[in-house]
Amino acid sequence: MSDNAQLFLDSLWPIVEGAIKGTIPLALISFSLGLIIALIVALMRLSKSKVLSALARIYISIIRGTPLLVQLFVIFYGMPSVGITLDPWPSAIIAFSLNVGGYAAEVIRAAILSVPRGQWEAGYTIGMSQTQQLGRVILPQAARVSVPPLSNTFISLVKDSSLASLILVTETFRVSQEIAAFSQEFMLLYIEAALVYWVISTFLAFGQSMLEERLDRYVSK
Amino acid sequence: MSRNDANSGAGGNFGSQSQPGAMKRSDMNQGDVLFDVKGLSKSFGDLQVLKSIDLTVRKGQVSVLMGPSGSGKTTVLRSLNSLESPDGGTITFTGGPSFDFSKSQKKPERALLRDQSAMVFQQHNLFPHRTVLENVTEGPIHVQKTPKAQAIAEAEALLARVGLADKRDVYPFQLSGGQQQRVGIVRALALKPDVLLFDEPTSALDPELVGDVLAVMKELADEGWTMVVVTHEVTFARAVADQVVFMDGGVVLEASTPSQMFSNPRHRRTRQFLDRILNPLGE
Repeated sequence: MSDNAQLFLDSLWPIVEGAIKGTIPLALISFSLGLIIALIVALMRLSKSKVLSALARIYISIIRGTPLLVQLFVIFYGMPSVGITLDPWPSAIIAFSLNVGGYAAEVIRAAILSVPRGQWEAGYTIGMSQTQQLGRVILPQAARVSVPPLSNTFISLVKDSSLASLILVTETFRVSQEIAAFSQEFMLLYIEAALVYWVISTFLAFGQSMLEERLDRYVSK
Repeated sequence: MSRNDANSGAGGNFGSQSQPGAMKRSDMNQGDVLFDVKGLSKSFGDLQVLKSIDLTVRKGQVSVLMGPSGSGKTTVLRSLNSLESPDGGTITFTGGPSFDFSKSQKKPERALLRDQSAMVFQQHNLFPHRTVLENVTEGPIHVQKTPKAQAIAEAEALLARVGLADKRDVYPFQLSGGQQQRVGIVRALALKPDVLLFDEPTSALDPELVGDVLAVMKELADEGWTMVVVTHEVTFARAVADQVVFMDGGVVLEASTPSQMFSNPRHRRTRQFLDRILNPLGE
């Protein structure tokens, strides 16, 4: 076996381990928290209160208008100067959650608006509270519409999580960087990292189509 | 007086309070007043869509609201179900709550008014992500807190009455328009309201499907349900209504029995309108 093949095999497990212990939990936790933020921000944006709606707008504008890397650095390297020092992991999770929150808020808002007004009225007329209308009538239908765009957000997040390597989080890319620096086989190790991201993304895309199929069961084709 | 203390829907009929045939259908002034609408008014911006509407609805009677589009009939109906908030006027239920719209209505008051009635929409507005049975039991189980088994049994009985027992587990998109609307009616019935409201229930249907829906509505009327119906179906109004209310430009031009209204309308505008819908080609 050639040296390269040997190096590929030897480094595969450490890199995959980086994905299992770094990239995947980082993406899952950030995406879950991000969705909660997004739902709250979307509802603020849709609320009749001008103040809440304006706050939501400003938040979305800042998140979408600044680079994720800058957001990450502000939290990890910037905050200590105002007396808040966070470890790499919490910093990364905060930055990624806030980022997903900003992008997904607009997706969720649009999905909620895509449900016909008659559905709110039907919920109201059978006696539902506003929370019930939202939870039992509107969101289940909005979910179907938002799966494709939210899947995009999720897959982007998996790849963007490689930025966490720059604030010292041990994840897929950082592991391959370290091995590359040591072995000087940059091409091989970075291709290997790319491969791992690609496999994860492919699984996610597969999950997306299964979810879409399930949510489409009540729609005529 | 609210949905919850009305009679049970199980059993041989649709669960109405009154006895079939207990009332002489020809006399619109007979029977106890269920509620009285006085001076109902509503503006959307500068447009005044309701200008002091009066309407008396008696228990067990069918009131048909007719009139050209934009006359305000749907707004009246939606106001009864709290889907619109009028700016003025009152709705008073005999021996029950009353609502004064000149004061702003708070959420619990709006909910109390809503709970007196149930609405059947023009576009049925069934929940597409729920099966037929789930659509019908949604209100009883999740709002009225009826025990699940009881709610399902009642829903199945109602579905059987409209000939849709075998459709309980399908999704709305798998039904025809007429079937969807019958489920819409059953969903309203399952709430056991004091008043059933119908907002042009057949206008969105293929002509050949209209009959099924009207037949169900006629059956409900015969069983003594109190109904307020916005419709252009003259045949239905003639056969089933106790009073026909003709509206135009946000006012009630006249209210009378169907025989009076269709054979000898008092108002020129009414005559014009009826002539146009009965004889659209103007021959």
